Amino acid sequence: MASATAAPPIAPAAVVRPRPRRRRQLLLAIAEHSLLIVLAICFLAPFVFIALTALMSDRQALSSDLWPHSFEFHNFVKVFQEEPVARYALNSFMYAGLATIGMLISSIPAAYALSVLKWRGRNVVMVLVLVALMLPEQVTIIPVYVLFAKLHLVGTLWPLIIPNWLGDAFSIFLLRQFFLTIPSEYADAARVDGCGELRVLTSVYLRLAKPAIAAASLFLFFTCWNDYFGPLIYTGETPAHWTLSLGLAQFRTLHHVEWNLTMAATLLFMAPVIAVFFFAQKVFIEGVTLSGVKG
Amino acid sequence: MNAAAAADPRGRARRRSQWRRRRTVAALLAPWAIGFGAFFAYPLIASLYYSFTHYDLLSSPRWIGLANYEYLFNTDPQIWQAVKNTLWLIAIMVPAQVLFALGLALLISRARRGVGVLRTIFYLPALAPIVAATLGFVYLFNPATGPVNTILNAIGIEGPLWLNGTTTAKPTLVLLALWSIGATLIIFLAAVLDVPAHLLESAELDGAGSWRRFRYVTLPTISPVLLFAIVIGVIDALQYFTQAYVAAGVAQGGQAGESAKALGYPEGSTLFYPIYLYEQAFARFNMGYASAMTILMLVVALALTLVILRNARRWVYYQGEAR
Repeated sequence: MASATAAPPIAPAAVVRPRPRRRRQLLLAIAEHSLLIVLAICFLAPFVFIALTALMSDRQALSSDLWPHSFEFHNFVKVFQEEPVARYALNSFMYAGLATIGMLISSIPAAYALSVLKWRGRNVVMVLVLVALMLPEQVTIIPVYVLFAKLHLVGTLWPLIIPNWLGDAFSIFLLRQFFLTIPSEYADAARVDGCGELRVLTSVYLRLAKPAIAAASLFLFFTCWNDYFGPLIYTGETPAHWTLSLGLAQFRTLHHVEWNLTMAATLLFMAPVIAVFFFAQKVFIEGVTLSGVKG
Repeated sequence: MNAAAAADPRGRARRRSQWRRRRTVAALLAPWAIGFGAFFAYPLIASLYYSFTHYDLLSSPRWIGLANYEYLFNTDPQIWQAVKNTLWLIAIMVPAQVLFALGLALLISRARRGVGVLRTIFYLPALAPIVAATLGFVYLFNPATGPVNTILNAIGIEGPLWLNGTTTAKPTLVLLALWSIGATLIIFLAAVLDVPAHLLESAELDGAGSWRRFRYVTLPTISPVLLFAIVIGVIDALQYFTQAYVAAGVAQGGQAGESAKALGYPEGSTLFYPIYLYEQAFARFNMGYASAMTILMLVVALALTLVILRNARRWVYYQGEAR
């Protein structure tokens, strides 16, 4: 708009001194790119050092050496021998898997009701979902713990799984954001063809919202996979139900932390997440972006 | 007469369809509604009740009036340290995270090529499970044998005590937070890349330098995303637990959270509010007192969110129809 009138007086000025400006831009570009490269190295370095330490012998891991003298690939086997890592992994998998299934069953219908259907009070309910999402989880933790203690479920992972079968606020929010982007013409067409709301949901929205459903599932799965606070308060006293995040800090002798084994276990713990990320990178990135649009 | 007769069955049909729709909505929302009641609404009310009682989980709650709050505000020697440490996170760590993520997003957006690769590299640490990342950092920043101080020594700098020093423990945790900034970074990057090119171009033609283009075009456009990141950052800072708990436990030489010695190691410098809450509720089983602590936390969380949202009206700009 204004650019059309303002352009002429500016253009000559740009022609008068092109050189210094271009050189300054070049220097700036070099500085920016070097900074990016240095930062990228800093971001990757921890992974490299963790991997190197995971391959060190017990004694070397306690020294300040950076490079392993002999590569102890056996460490990755020892991890499984010294601690019931397979059991921890199974527990983590059960917690994350069952929670994700429950979230899908309970949250997709809720998100549908909060985005596609129009009814009085919808916005009020949406605000309630957001309030539950925004408040720190510790605010409600004590009565919830007391509740599960009375149900004799403390000491198992059920207190962490059950709430997800009754709706997860973040997933509802994420799915709703996506459902809102689907043009209502699709749903109307299906209704004209005689579909009930359930059919509209299953045959139209489930199909069109696959990326968002995948993102919500991955997010919840990894939130549970990484969760520490929940397993700590509910299963802290019962090692049979420990998840990987609790079991990870157990590699130590009487006197010191066994860093090589701890780092090997750390790598094993990260590996599935990073592997899935590389297969489903698009889903991840789009999901994260979706959660950020419209605060 | 005729019109009324015609209108009535139509109204009834509409009412019936409305009722059926209502039933559909209720059915779809039922699981969420039960969960909301059992795991949110009821606990909030119960917390308030427990906060006026003495409750150790073994015997039933005993009403003691305001005693918990009196102890909290007047006597407890540790709680103010916990409050101060958590406020430190809100004042230092949250701005550091937001500014770092914003700067990094701008840098990446200006890169000539490799935006995808850079995005992956900087997002990768956010994928590392928190416990794994924290253990890695405890090892990396081990003052005696860790790679960071080894490298610093090699270039002639005496490395600090990092997680083992009272003044450096919190800043080291900030470094860990910056390393795991990936999710915020991706949101910022998407927002920055989404700034309409024609706006930037016309600003440039108007003679705006890169700072003014950023200040008057980019910043207003991405302001809703910034607000989102600040609110989430503050809430996360209020419930900051795992990193500090694991780091304190392992850095002091034991298992994660093994002993009272590890509480806020070193010397309470990482005793954050949720860690003290955990200690009161699940190590000492002072459920009544811990409930009073959660009520204070709730009030602070609500107040901070309101202040930020109020304040936001002045600097957040929504394109077109807001929301």
